[in-house]
Amino acid sequence: MSDSHQDSSPAPQRPVFRNIGIGQLAQYRLPWPGKVSILHRISGAALFLFLPFILFLFDKSLASEVSFAYFSAFVAHPLVKLICLGLMWGFLHHFFAGIRYLLLDLELGVEKAAATRSAISVMIISLTLTAILGLRLFGVF
Amino acid sequence: MSKNNIGPKRLVVGAHYGLKEWIIQRVTAIVMVVFTLILLIAYLLGGNPSYDGWAGLFANPFMKVLTLLALLSLFYHAWIGVRDIWMDYVKPVGIRLSLQVLTVLWLVGCAAYAIQILWKV
Repeated sequence: MSDSHQDSSPAPQRPVFRNIGIGQLAQYRLPWPGKVSILHRISGAALFLFLPFILFLFDKSLASEVSFAYFSAFVAHPLVKLICLGLMWGFLHHFFAGIRYLLLDLELGVEKAAATRSAISVMIISLTLTAILGLRLFGVF
Repeated sequence: MSKNNIGPKRLVVGAHYGLKEWIIQRVTAIVMVVFTLILLIAYLLGGNPSYDGWAGLFANPFMKVLTLLALLSLFYHAWIGVRDIWMDYVKPVGIRLSLQVLTVLWLVGCAAYAIQILWKV
């Protein structure tokens, strides 16, 4: 089909946009909604992978007074605290970014400026709450 | 293929499961948000952070069912989300199918564990 209309003049140079490769990830600057989006995916995947761990903690906290004591001692370990704090951030980010997506589905805040503002809000709220929980978890207050 | 199925009328999303899953992901999200708020309020109003207060919360049969509904929502929600991740990044059909099967087994296993936990209290 293209052969029948072959032109002798060279084709004009047009910009080519391709999917970014793995090597470009580091210097690729995402806008705030893009950052919230990829973190939504990463936090969701992390929560999925840690589901048995979360259920294990839930089990120990609930089964009996003895297991509750085991739970309390287990989560007192600094490494476990750190993992729990990471999961708390994952939950909070996924929670607030998810609410933002539900609002976007209702066509609330879909304009570029509003979407950027809500994305930054999601980052600030989830990180602030994570920081507060972290300080509480490590016994600052 | 019939002749009226070509050009702009060509069906490229024949199964139509995309919309259903899209809606389920949102409905399950809302269920989880509501449950999170209920649990948070019940815990804070209870004012008893000890074992008795925490276990007493889930000893209530109404709370058990509510928790199970929220957890089942979570597992279905996670299935759609993780399936999307595999579909985006894993192209070879065999590997993708294997990962999807493992995901389903993982989540059904979690559901069985969750039921066991809830009805032990």
